[in-house]
Amino acid sequence: MIEAENAPPPAGAVAEATAICARHGNDPAALLEILHDLQEETGFVPEATLPAIASALNLSRAEVHGVVSFYHDYRRAPAGPVVVKLCRAEACQSMGALALIETVCAARGIKLGGTSEDGVTIEPVYCLGNCALAPAAMVNGRLVGRADAARLDTAVREARS
Amino acid sequence: MTAVLYVPRDSAARSVGADAVAQAIADEAAARGADVKIVRNGSRGMFWLEPLVEVETAAGRVAYGPVAAEDVPSLFDAGLLAGDGHHALALGLTEEIPFLKHQERLTFARVGVIDPLDLASLSAWGGLDGLKAALEMDGAAICAAIAESGLRGRGGAGFPAGIKWKTVHDQPTGQKYICCNADEGDSGTFADRMIMEGDPFTLIEGMAIAGLAVGAEDGYIYIRSEYPDAIATMRAAAELMEQAGWLGADIGGSGKTFRLHVRRGAGAYICGEESSMLESLEGKRGTVRAKPPIPAIHGLFGKPTVVNNVLTLATVPVILAKGADYYKGFGMGRSRGTKPFQLAGNIRHGGLVEKAFGVTLRQLIEEFGGGTASGRPFRAAQVGGPLGAYVDAAMLDLETDYENFAGNDAMLGHGGIVVFDDSVDMAAMARFAFEFCEIESCGKCTPCRIGAVRGKETVEKIQRGENVDANLELVADLCETMRDGSLCAMGGLTPMPVLSAMRLFPEDFNTTPLMAAE
Ligand SMILES: Cc1cc2nc3c(=O)[nH]c(=O)nc-3n(C[C@H](O)[C@H](O)[C@H](O)COP(=O)(O)O)c2cc1C
Ligand code: SF4
Ligand code: FES
Repeated sequence: MIEAENAPPPAGAVAEATAICARHGNDPAALLEILHDLQEETGFVPEATLPAIASALNLSRAEVHGVVSFYHDYRRAPAGPVVVKLCRAEACQSMGALALIETVCAARGIKLGGTSEDGVTIEPVYCLGNCALAPAAMVNGRLVGRADAARLDTAVREARS
Repeated sequence: MTAVLYVPRDSAARSVGADAVAQAIADEAAARGADVKIVRNGSRGMFWLEPLVEVETAAGRVAYGPVAAEDVPSLFDAGLLAGDGHHALALGLTEEIPFLKHQERLTFARVGVIDPLDLASLSAWGGLDGLKAALEMDGAAICAAIAESGLRGRGGAGFPAGIKWKTVHDQPTGQKYICCNADEGDSGTFADRMIMEGDPFTLIEGMAIAGLAVGAEDGYIYIRSEYPDAIATMRAAAELMEQAGWLGADIGGSGKTFRLHVRRGAGAYICGEESSMLESLEGKRGTVRAKPPIPAIHGLFGKPTVVNNVLTLATVPVILAKGADYYKGFGMGRSRGTKPFQLAGNIRHGGLVEKAFGVTLRQLIEEFGGGTASGRPFRAAQVGGPLGAYVDAAMLDLETDYENFAGNDAMLGHGGIVVFDDSVDMAAMARFAFEFCEIESCGKCTPCRIGAVRGKETVEKIQRGENVDANLELVADLCETMRDGSLCAMGGLTPMPVLSAMRLFPEDFNTTPLMAAE
């Protein structure tokens, strides 16, 4: 399992962050959108970009850090190329989601939240709005309904290609 | 002649293969030299039949489902393009399918029927009639019509929409906002997502009407990031509305302005709470604001703001188009109109049922839902999301009505119904309620932040059989503290699922005999 906390920023990330802020008119109200855009570009929100964002938006570094750490979406380090989100909210639990999560994590030799050697990150999520087709999963942004281990393997393969 | 087929683009339908089915139909038609037009509609909300393929015929739309890509050649052989009903997957006329036929769809009238982004054909389906009517009225009259209709907030608390709008209307003119709450974080709910993916224009129309009613020129829609398809559809719809002159500086040639801004959440359940959502829209941590002041007076950026759920706003157009009395004619008691219920979890026919208030849980779960998916006996349902109470079989005849549910220690919330069969362990569900609160608490107040952690630990002790009686009492105490001492309903309502599970299913909380000290 690959450990990942506060990974070093990719080259150019700070300039990228500044450019994204400018694209949003350096509007502090757009901070969540800015962080989403940065994460889409860079794969995570590098610690080293926070001072640049703070200065562009005229916020304190602590404020930006506070926002990044509050929301579950923002990563401090890159995920694997394939991200599998498995729903563990009630409707999915009623259809065996917890056992499915255990099976899928065990098969890849990781704990929930980890990234396998072959680059699959498995994360918990609390409802994907597909509760009538539980258990539900999302693979790189695509919903998978009535998920089981085989359907998830197929979805991971498709996400790779 | 061109055959017109419908294959949903709803993300739930796509999650079980709708894209592959649409592709297979296009390929098969090309191979056979058949002339087809494939419309990607929203979902009818019969998810056990998805992907549901429909064909237009002189008698109406004929349905087939659930269709897999492999089924497509045999469907063509069996006369799919003519809607010839001779195939194992044939379901007859869509509108005659009992699940759909027995609904009363007002908010969802067009969802699954139309191409959600075809503005050109919208007026044929009654689209924009509400906005056109509103443009002929003054703000006070629109607020009065909404109040008269009896419409209450569909997002959870059931607060009368007309009163909220009037409060904002009565604030001095100046910058005001309409904020649509599309955070839909409750387990078992997907109606907001279906509207946004299936009929985004009705939501935009409702928001524009709200803007006209209260004098707001800017609207924000806050959509959870877990809904990428809904975000994309709403953005596309807003763009089309703007190009057609229904959004922007001169809506419908009236000289009135309404601009729409689509914003993404970032994976925090608490951001569905209205004041937390406003903080998030301002680019901050989603911590809950103390009330008063209420958002209607001091909302987004400190300005008067209407915060309404997707379903509340999406219901506004039909009220303006058909009149307050028409809408008020549905429902029971002080719960007027219709409510979109969502059947989810361990249920055979999961999906969207829009029905006048008063329909019983039994009708919803047994008649519409067909009982459990596993075929095992029903044991419990959680109604109203993760903060809602569990109900047992003895409570199934409860009529769905806000007051009636409150009087029975339950709540309707956003209308999600999550069904469990007899294999459910209710102590585990109580533990999960605390765990969810621990994960999603905004952290502002101690009863919620610490209480959830202690609650989870204590239920775990009960599960292990440690001092069961004392620990059950401790959980009850803790619940009281959370209920009375929390700033918002996250901490304040977490006791609902916990206490209802303990009350209705006591056998799950002391199955392990007390162990003497080892
Ligand atoms: C923890 C918590 C989560 C909530 N989540 C939502 C939500 O996802 N969507 C929603 O419309 N309302 C949600 N609400 C209710 C809102 O605070 C608010 O009452 C609602 O958006 C008002 O709109 P309505 O009057 O149209 O229902 C939530 C409330 C709490 C306490
Ligand atoms: S009850 Fe919980 S979520 Fe609500 S304000 Fe307090 S800490 Fe935040
Ligand atoms: S509870 Fe899992 S998708 Fe809604």
